[in-house]
Amino acid sequence: MNLVALKMLMGDRAKYIGILIGITFASLLITQQSAIFTGIMARTYAAITDLPAPDVWVMDPKVQYIDDIKPLQDTQLFRVRGVEGVDWAVPLYKGLLKARLSNGNFQTTIVMGVDDATLIGGPIEMVEGRLEDLRRNDAVIVDEHGAASKLAHVLPDGTRKPLAVGDVIELNDHRGTVVGICKVARTFQSQPVIYTTYSRATTFAPRERRLLSFVLVKGKPGVDLAELCARIQDATGLVASSGADFRWTTMMYFMKYTGIPINFGMSVLLGFLVGTIVAGMTFFNFTLDNLRHFGALKAMGASPWRLTGMIVLQALLVGSLGWGIGVGGAALFGHVTRNTELAFRMPWQLLAISGTAVLLICTISALICIVKVLRLEPAIVFKS
Amino acid sequence: MQTLTEPAVALRGVTKSYGEGAARVTALRGIDLDIGTGELMMLVGPSGCGKTTLISVIAGILDQDDGACSVFGRDLRAMRGMAKARFRGETVGFVFQAFNLLPALNAAENVSIPLLLAGLKRSEALERSRAMLDRVGIGERWRSRPAQLSGGQQQRVAIARALVHQPRLVVCDEPTSSLDHETGARVMEIMREVAMQGSRTLVVVTHDARIFSYADRIAVMDDGKVVKVVHSAKELQDAP
Ligand SMILES: Nc1ncnc2c1ncn2[C@@H]1O[C@H](COP(=O)(O)OP(=O)(O)O)[C@@H](O)[C@H]1O
Ligand SMILES: [Mg+2]
Repeated sequence: MNLVALKMLMGDRAKYIGILIGITFASLLITQQSAIFTGIMARTYAAITDLPAPDVWVMDPKVQYIDDIKPLQDTQLFRVRGVEGVDWAVPLYKGLLKARLSNGNFQTTIVMGVDDATLIGGPIEMVEGRLEDLRRNDAVIVDEHGAASKLAHVLPDGTRKPLAVGDVIELNDHRGTVVGICKVARTFQSQPVIYTTYSRATTFAPRERRLLSFVLVKGKPGVDLAELCARIQDATGLVASSGADFRWTTMMYFMKYTGIPINFGMSVLLGFLVGTIVAGMTFFNFTLDNLRHFGALKAMGASPWRLTGMIVLQALLVGSLGWGIGVGGAALFGHVTRNTELAFRMPWQLLAISGTAVLLICTISALICIVKVLRLEPAIVFKS
Repeated sequence: MQTLTEPAVALRGVTKSYGEGAARVTALRGIDLDIGTGELMMLVGPSGCGKTTLISVIAGILDQDDGACSVFGRDLRAMRGMAKARFRGETVGFVFQAFNLLPALNAAENVSIPLLLAGLKRSEALERSRAMLDRVGIGERWRSRPAQLSGGQQQRVAIARALVHQPRLVVCDEPTSSLDHETGARVMEIMREVAMQGSRTLVVVTHDARIFSYADRIAVMDDGKVVKVVHSAKELQDAP
């Protein structure tokens, strides 16, 4: 009878394709919208993602997210190095500095000062030049996107010439020579990112008592990270979190204090609802159209289990097919737009979520259909 | 006809009404009727007199309000849903006015449904279905979908489907009223030829006077009651 159920479903091509389109549309909408939402939220902590080397980030207890810099005393670095289980600890400067462009305009940039000795915290992907070139005089590395847009030279005819290796920029009245171009993950603010050494960054920065933004820590092999964080906190009175925890804290800050999740979440929810209703209704309509046939099967002795099995099978088939096509469509969308400003991230968890959602839609509409069919008076089959 | 054996269907004081309050319609007002084993009984009467309701009770797809209905000695109303479904699957064959064939399945697949429901393997079910289609005279059309068949052919497929699992009781509601006279007569001939074998019992609802001659007995209904039972169409006309 399973084959009969499938033939019933696919027999009417137009209707079958209609249901498929409904469910495909629903899963496309759910997946694509959530992927963009995930993408946007991932941008909030992109700067942490770009710095995978350390296990632990040490920061001022009042820091709420990655861009919320509360400088530390330099001596904290040495305290952290003294904690048991620390393999290495390096300083990181992160700050907003004004760069003066060749046309005299100013542009705010994110300056990252990385450990002079190890260059830990430097860009993970170079487009041009080498990370070691940072050791040269006045050296800075500029991110590709910033170099091509906000930091580009504007020529007299209005066209933009990207900032290139060998060019000079001025940071807070200090000279910086571009020695390399790198890639960075798009941050939420999307200012240009400029890498240099920690000591040079502190000369660029306005004179302040404290300049150390974070201490980046690697644990000794086999050390328990949670315990290490606890020991660092005890020794320094600072907060120590793993990269994953810090990403989470950062994202939660944006969730709580910006309108993004609620605003965007509403549109995701709307897409979800519309998709659900469209998909559920098309499937329900299919069952309604076939009520007479279900009634005939019932009269001919099909047990409630058998009918339930048939409907579940039909729902599962259109559900998994529609989900597959929809998710495929969303992935294609992500692929096509990968080089644009659009935030799009589709981790496997998202597939699981949209899969569960579609399964839920199909289960619920199948349940409604099952109730409808099981309540059906088989006597309707004699009605002409 | 006097049946010495136990009747296939025995109805005693069967009543049935639909709806509640002011909208209440009484369809059956105390039906007493025996239908013998191996008999072709026709139920006739004006539209709305309760024929469909009665045949639904007999076939076990509708419960009466009061009275007793036993089919081959089993009290249908006392059976639980699952048991009743199994009973119908094994014992009853259905022929509907609107044929009710699944449009997506070909003739043989449609006929095989009662066998599949009984748990037969698909290949065996299809083989037996094609043999049954042969017997109703459209064996060569086994691949055709209902939409590719004429009304008469579709009803023959439906008859094959009603008989393929060898049920002891076959119920037909207006089997010829969607068909022209000649086709209807041919369908009834096939029904008599193929269905009336062994000790199978047929109950045929109709208001098509032209097929009365195929009946062993005719129960005339009016306003929810059986008003008389006659042995031939002629007797029906002769009556005052
Ligand atoms: N499901 C139903 N709900 C309400 N009234 C019904 C229903 N089915 C039949 N009836 C009524 O019951 C009476 C008998 O109907 P039916 O058994 O279909 O008669 P017949 O088949 O002889 O035309 C009619 O008056 C009809 O309107
Ligand atoms: Mg009727």
